[in-house]
Amino acid sequence: MDNLELQKLANEVRKGIVTAVHSAKAGHPGGSLSAAEVYIYLYFEEMNIDPKDPQKADRDRFVLSKGHTAPGLYSVLAHRGFFPVEDLKTLRKIGSYLQGHPCLQHTPGIDMSSGSLGQGVSAAVGMALSAKISNDSYRVYTLLGDGEIQEGQVWEAAMLAGHRKLDNLIVIVDNNGLQIDGNIDDICSPYPIDEKFRAFNFHVINVEDGNDFDALRTAFKEAREIQGMPTAIILKTVKGKGVSFMENQAGWHGKAPNDEEYKIAMEELEKAGEALCRK
Amino acid sequence: MPEVKKIATREGYGSTLVELGREHDNIVVLDADLAEATRTGVFQKEFPKRHIDCGIAEANMMGIAAGLATTGKVPFASSFAMFAAGRAYEQVRNSIGYPHLNVKIGASHAGISVGEDGASHQCNEDIALMRTIPDMTIINPSDVIEAKAAVRAAYELDGPVYLRFGRLAVPVINENPDYKFELGKGILLREGTDVTIAATGLCVAASLEAAEKLAAEGISAEVINIHTIKPLDTEIIVNSAKKTGKMVTAEEHSVIGGLGSAVCECLCEHAPVPVCRIGIYDVFGESGPALELLEKYGLDGQGIYKKVKEFVK
Repeated sequence: MDNLELQKLANEVRKGIVTAVHSAKAGHPGGSLSAAEVYIYLYFEEMNIDPKDPQKADRDRFVLSKGHTAPGLYSVLAHRGFFPVEDLKTLRKIGSYLQGHPCLQHTPGIDMSSGSLGQGVSAAVGMALSAKISNDSYRVYTLLGDGEIQEGQVWEAAMLAGHRKLDNLIVIVDNNGLQIDGNIDDICSPYPIDEKFRAFNFHVINVEDGNDFDALRTAFKEAREIQGMPTAIILKTVKGKGVSFMENQAGWHGKAPNDEEYKIAMEELEKAGEALCRK
Repeated sequence: MPEVKKIATREGYGSTLVELGREHDNIVVLDADLAEATRTGVFQKEFPKRHIDCGIAEANMMGIAAGLATTGKVPFASSFAMFAAGRAYEQVRNSIGYPHLNVKIGASHAGISVGEDGASHQCNEDIALMRTIPDMTIINPSDVIEAKAAVRAAYELDGPVYLRFGRLAVPVINENPDYKFELGKGILLREGTDVTIAATGLCVAASLEAAEKLAAEGISAEVINIHTIKPLDTEIIVNSAKKTGKMVTAEEHSVIGGLGSAVCECLCEHAPVPVCRIGIYDVFGESGPALELLEKYGLDGQGIYKKVKEFVK
């Protein structure tokens, strides 16, 4: 897909996120919106997956370690054809297969249950190790929050991944700079993130604009060339990206828009979509 | 007195993993720097490609096991009970239990019989922790024969299993041609009419010893081996309770949350009878030789005998 198509898609995915969270009256829009582009890039450009056969054995795997941003992943999976876009409105409702955090058993396209921070990355390392043991060619991708890497388990997983030279593993950090209580560097700074992963024997790629498809394409192409070590891609992103009043606001980490806010957000996204169509 | 053969249950873990490894390509064994102690070193030697030493990082090891299981491998994640069930509880709950992944947890060095290492390593709470996880199967074998059967049964079951092993060499009590291990089925080892002793792990051999002493004093004790704590064989417990009218539970574990609790939960609903729980009474352990500790905490044959005698009086 060309960039314009991807951007239009990102706008649709954002509408899905805002609609799902508004419908649920709960959920995490901020980190879902910041990661919209990387989700789209993975599921539309990068990964070997088939929405008609979500369990196919040789598929690439994705683990959403920052599981609270499930609305973003669900919206992309729906737009990719894993399930109906209409179902996004059932998010977090009783009986829905779209649980508050990803659930392996209930949702097509979900490769691992997650939500308790720090745990998904270990599962991703396990999947990458499994491929090495049986000489399978699939690749494993996992997305972490920048606040999430305060969890010690992330570094246990990183140490083993580096030690085992897992060049089929790509760890992505959504560095939107905010966590629930505020700025990540005010609370317990994880910086420098790149040097930390380098010290754990990762190839590190810094992406200055993680919401830009050209930058994502360049980064993931580079990662494919790397042999003998895992890759960490650190994306500078904007939390709440695409909805003006949510951008760079920690308060929108885990809050649903009310009816009025929802209306404003959707109007903004409609306008952005129209602007893209005029391009 | 004839010499009793004694072997630690953890020995059965390592040796059976090697047998299973020869039979099945999908078995992967994980360790957290304790391959020697958990007795998985033999597997590592024969199948180096299928052994992953995660280093001293049990939380990560459980997640690695979960990831392996999603791709069709059958991982056996091995460590001490303290770290497997204690430190990594939430990883076991969220990364293995909640997605119902086919991970087997091999937890050795359970209970007070760890001995000299003391309370920091004597895990008397693991069964309680694991019981609360929905659909977690828990097996606590009484000897090496049962341990070997338990590892095989765990492999055959599609779902998470917690296998509990000990460090101490314990009497081999199941070496007979009629022995049959059935997951979730208790084994009636000795019939009696006055009191039932439902025992698990190393307390099974001790309970048989106690029953012998009680018999000499005219007290007829029924002994049941509950190797599978979850799912509990409620039928054998209820039937025996109805028959003898008195129930004793014996376990090398806290009386809170383990076999004693499980049996009480079952009996209060289906066959209320007086119950006496033998186990660790809500205290931390201490350093000392294993056999002396078992004596001090009343978990040997003599201790169980005394408690049961007092209870039936």
